[in-house]
Amino acid sequence: MLAVEMAKAAHRWRTWVMAAAFIAIPVLIVTALLLSTDRPEPGEGPPFLTLVQVNGVFASLVGITTIQPFFLPLAAGLLAGDAIAGESQAGTLRYLLARPVGRTRLVVAKYASVMILVGGAVVLVGLTGLAVGGAAYGLGPLPTLSGATLPVGVALARVVLAGMYVTAGMAGLVAIGLFISTLTDSGPGATVATVGIYIVMQILGALSALRIIHPYLLSHYSLAFTGLFRSPVALDEVMTGLVAYAFYVAVFLGGAVAVFRRKDVTS
Amino acid sequence: MSVLATSDLTKRYGDELVVNHLNLSIAAGDLYGFLGPNGAGKSTTIRMALGLVFPDGGSVEVGGHSVFSSTEARSRALSRVGAVVEEPAFWGYLSGRRNLEYFARAGGNKVDRRARLDDIDEVLRQVGLADAAAKRVKAYSQGMRQRLGIGRALLGHPDLLVLDEPTNGLDPQGMKEVRALLRRLADNGTTVFVSSHLLGEVEAMCDRVGVLVAGKLVAEGQPGHLVDEPDRVRVDVDDRRHALDVLRAVPGISLDELEARSDGGPGPIMVGLANGATPAGVNAALVSAGIGVRALVPEHARLEDVFLTLTEGE
Repeated sequence: MLAVEMAKAAHRWRTWVMAAAFIAIPVLIVTALLLSTDRPEPGEGPPFLTLVQVNGVFASLVGITTIQPFFLPLAAGLLAGDAIAGESQAGTLRYLLARPVGRTRLVVAKYASVMILVGGAVVLVGLTGLAVGGAAYGLGPLPTLSGATLPVGVALARVVLAGMYVTAGMAGLVAIGLFISTLTDSGPGATVATVGIYIVMQILGALSALRIIHPYLLSHYSLAFTGLFRSPVALDEVMTGLVAYAFYVAVFLGGAVAVFRRKDVTS
Repeated sequence: MSVLATSDLTKRYGDELVVNHLNLSIAAGDLYGFLGPNGAGKSTTIRMALGLVFPDGGSVEVGGHSVFSSTEARSRALSRVGAVVEEPAFWGYLSGRRNLEYFARAGGNKVDRRARLDDIDEVLRQVGLADAAAKRVKAYSQGMRQRLGIGRALLGHPDLLVLDEPTNGLDPQGMKEVRALLRRLADNGTTVFVSSHLLGEVEAMCDRVGVLVAGKLVAEGQPGHLVDEPDRVRVDVDDRRHALDVLRAVPGISLDELEARSDGGPGPIMVGLANGATPAGVNAALVSAGIGVRALVPEHARLEDVFLTLTEGE
């Protein structure tokens, strides 16, 4: 079923439009820096932006941190929200279930396929950033936020880990999207609800008066991966983030399976 | 052995009882017509048979396996079923062939998947879409989608075909081809369960029909014998005028206006039966009056008439 989902995605225009948009992000960032006569000020733009002109490896990181707060959740919400509800709306869900595809298997395959696509988006941005950043500014040892320097190989490994963490950061949101997707027959409705929930979490996370609930918000841990670029590596928040993501996945993916296993398919 | 059987199958949506303790038994090789007015519960019954909608009571068995006892049993029950449920639906951005391929790959065990994949070319030819197989489904007409839907249901030579309005959107030639195809499949041992509102089509095609009204099966039998007793007889006698006089005096029968006025010309007399009047009673009345009865043929009501009578007020 997962292979079918991936093959279907490969035949959809939206997959390739999203891929092109993700590729464009690091290209635009590096192009803008190349065309700009002024160096970005510290604190301006996404994290690591000021360092791209020092080392092309940072273009990769800047690309990932740029997609992380909005573009990636948007894509994840679109794919996850549409996963079950879109099939239901199109009428293909009843034919899949009558084939028969097991309900749990369908939810899990949908979840895995969305996560693969989200991971693919991060990989695309990372690789494109590396290619254009390297071409424009060269690839060299990476200065960390703590002042030490990492050899190129170690630096690239940290970038890969950062990409994996950002992908994992979407796992909870995709589970929420899939859960909502089992509750409705409207793909767009489920997408809007999923993205809306993430935006609300970000807004709540920005309100210091609500500090007490911040540790429970998905978006709270999204920049924890910057700890990977300290020396020594600061893993505490990364680990807490991963636990939080796992909790969201367990609750909402479990909820999606539970709801879908007993759902009357009338569309 | 029943290929499809329901026992006390019941479904409610809120306070509305949609399927009411339904008992069906469809034997292997049957071409069974499932009739009923809109909202009678046909589609809900079909969806329960396919494991899409959960019953509130009773059970469904397909091929001897319960559809709702466990995931494994459902998988076994449905693995040899092909279905068209209401309008056929596809991934419009894929070609007809790819749709069949991906549906064939989804679900079932390896052997079933292989069998379905190996069938794609044959099925496309069978439903007349071999030349359009590479076109995206969103460019298909409704009739082409209907054909592709039937094709998808045929993949892997299922033991049971469940078809909800299979000739929707087809032109007369297409309808004729589908009727012939279903007849051929049934003759070769495939059980076909077909829901249709085209009564003439069902009458011409099906071995047995069942009529569902308000979720209950109100009649079941051969299309021409849905009601036990014939509702009229055609009588050929040696003295027509005398026969008409005799028949006018028999309680419970009616004569066609034209027949009643005619006074003895050639041709049979059509006698309507009601209130317990029987062909035997008609025969006895004529014979005891000394009229020679050359032929007396009971005639059953057409399916459409029976259907309209059964569903009156729905």
